[in-house]
Amino acid sequence: MEPSLTHIKQPTIAAQDGQVTHPASPEADVPLAVSGVTVSYGEKPAVFSVDAVFPAKAMSAIIGPNGAGKSTLLKAALGVIPRLSGEVFVFGQPIEEARERIAYVPQRASVDWDFPTTVIDVVQMGLYRKVGLLGRLSGHMKARALDCLDRVGMADFAQRQIGQLSGGQQQRVFLARALAQDADLYLLDEPFAGVDAATERAIIDVLKLLKAEGKAVVAVHHDLSTVRDYFDHVFLINVRRMAEGPVETAFTTENLQATYGGRLAATHLDELSMTGGV
Amino acid sequence: MNPFLDALLLQAGYNAALVAIGAALLGFAAGSSGTFLFLRKRALVSDAVAHATLPGVGIAFIVMVSLGGDGRSLIGLLLGSAITAWIGLLLIEWIARHTRLAEDAAIGAVLGVFFGAGIVLLTIIQSMSAGRQAGLEGFLLGSTAGMLFQDAVIIAIGGSLAVLATWLLRRPMTLVAFDSEYAAAMGYDVRRIDLLMMGLVMAVTVIGLKLVGLILIVAMLIIPAVTARFWTERSNRVIWIAGAVGGVSGYLGAVLSASAPALPTGPLIVLVAAGIFVFSLLFAPVRGVLAAVIRHRRFQARVHRRQGLLALAAQHPIREAYTLRLLRREGLVRADGVPTETGRAQAAKIARDERRWDIAREVHQDVGLTGRYDGLTPIEDVFTADEIADFDHRLGGPIAVGDL
Repeated sequence: MEPSLTHIKQPTIAAQDGQVTHPASPEADVPLAVSGVTVSYGEKPAVFSVDAVFPAKAMSAIIGPNGAGKSTLLKAALGVIPRLSGEVFVFGQPIEEARERIAYVPQRASVDWDFPTTVIDVVQMGLYRKVGLLGRLSGHMKARALDCLDRVGMADFAQRQIGQLSGGQQQRVFLARALAQDADLYLLDEPFAGVDAATERAIIDVLKLLKAEGKAVVAVHHDLSTVRDYFDHVFLINVRRMAEGPVETAFTTENLQATYGGRLAATHLDELSMTGGV
Repeated sequence: MNPFLDALLLQAGYNAALVAIGAALLGFAAGSSGTFLFLRKRALVSDAVAHATLPGVGIAFIVMVSLGGDGRSLIGLLLGSAITAWIGLLLIEWIARHTRLAEDAAIGAVLGVFFGAGIVLLTIIQSMSAGRQAGLEGFLLGSTAGMLFQDAVIIAIGGSLAVLATWLLRRPMTLVAFDSEYAAAMGYDVRRIDLLMMGLVMAVTVIGLKLVGLILIVAMLIIPAVTARFWTERSNRVIWIAGAVGGVSGYLGAVLSASAPALPTGPLIVLVAAGIFVFSLLFAPVRGVLAAVIRHRRFQARVHRRQGLLALAAQHPIREAYTLRLLRREGLVRADGVPTETGRAQAAKIARDERRWDIAREVHQDVGLTGRYDGLTPIEDVFTADEIADFDHRLGGPIAVGDL
């Protein structure tokens, strides 16, 4: 694994003065690059002047304590919430021009699960951009939606009302909808939050398969104990960018301590990041 | 002969027939285009928008009179009402977006202020040109007296366009109503789609003003969609069922008011819709109250049956009266509480299944299967006969002991 497009910096308190540390270069082989992104609710920034580069053909985790702006960074990059400042490039293009290459899996809790729709309808939402306003869903597309459902192990549930699903099943359906988009960059907001062990396994298998196909995956992640198993690249954030790089070099005790402050017990940290050498 | 039947068959005169057809068309348009309003949970915005039409009616009247007209051109009045309704809508959007006030506060403020301004304008009009303003108050609660063919045509054309637009925009509107974050991430302009949806609702409101009035139009937009939700789990079908509920309500409401001329049309339409709503609330097959009660009772019976049989198997006394009654009714215990032959057999089966589940949890790694244990799902539904035979083998009986 060589996803090291960026050099490892020691826990930089990035851009104390609002200065951009390394402007995102719009390179075509970089799936996602954000530069100088600031998001603020009122006067207190939730994400402050963040630069980040997420590598190709890799699984990246955005990590940080609660309220550190992990999800906010993702949503701001996508334009779901407005950015106060900053630019976002997807495969070298401004994000607005590369929408069809992005698939997004929002947090499960963000929608009303009593909405009158079936599982297969939700997956087909991933095809709406391709179908357009007036087009009919062709048999080919319907088969495709069903196939995506099958990949997450939910084909038997196609005709169920979404309200009848368990939390883990809901999350799988959201992933299937993203798969239907056939994107090159997958952005997931806490995909493992509140799901059962079988679902976590199923999701990680699908994501690893995507990586093997050469796609890039970026996930907001909260479970530090699985970072080493699941991810190649980490981005540590606590309002500001704290560190980023390959898991082996950036997921270190020092970086975690800098990111989480006093909120992690030191012994716990040692277990989490027994770094090879360095 | 019978005034209700005459009206129902459109035999109660030209005006009554025109009103009935117009109300049915309006009901259909309002029901279907109100679907996404309900699914997006923005029903009350439409109430504010409806109230914001009133100053537009007044201003349009004053402008037309000052230009030398008689001020009663329906097109002109509707145009005026549409303009102030749109301003009201944009104001609500702006307040919710740019101030710390929540949308409900914005709705309350806009509704009150615009309606107040409208009433003031109507009062001024009354004093400035006696006689000619007759009919403007009709916009409050609707009036069917003197409905013209041209009025019905406006409803037919406007209503058809609204239904067509709802159908064409169903995908983006579904997406935004279900998952607006995802819609935004896919590059849809959520704000524009919301405005389009409200624009549709506003158009229906404006064409329905004269017939139903601005105070009750919100009911025609929302009640059919809420009613339709009881009968289907798919948003596309909600559109058509809501349209049908609205259409039937409009027609029956108009027919009722034609057969009892002292009663107002708009309120009757709303009451008919409410009647269909209450019926659906009670009797809809899955989501209805009755269905929920039956489901709950059945579940309760299954729980008590299992509890009772386990008690029989363990030879514990059954104390709950409901459990005893249940077992007695099924012929599992006699009147004196002693288990019958079948009762003993069933109890033995349930006790054995519990032990099978224990084994299943030990040997099976697949949480997806063992996770389905709830004490009520029959083990045969989860595992194959071979697997169950395997559990029985591991469970060991007299035979297994003999094997040792």
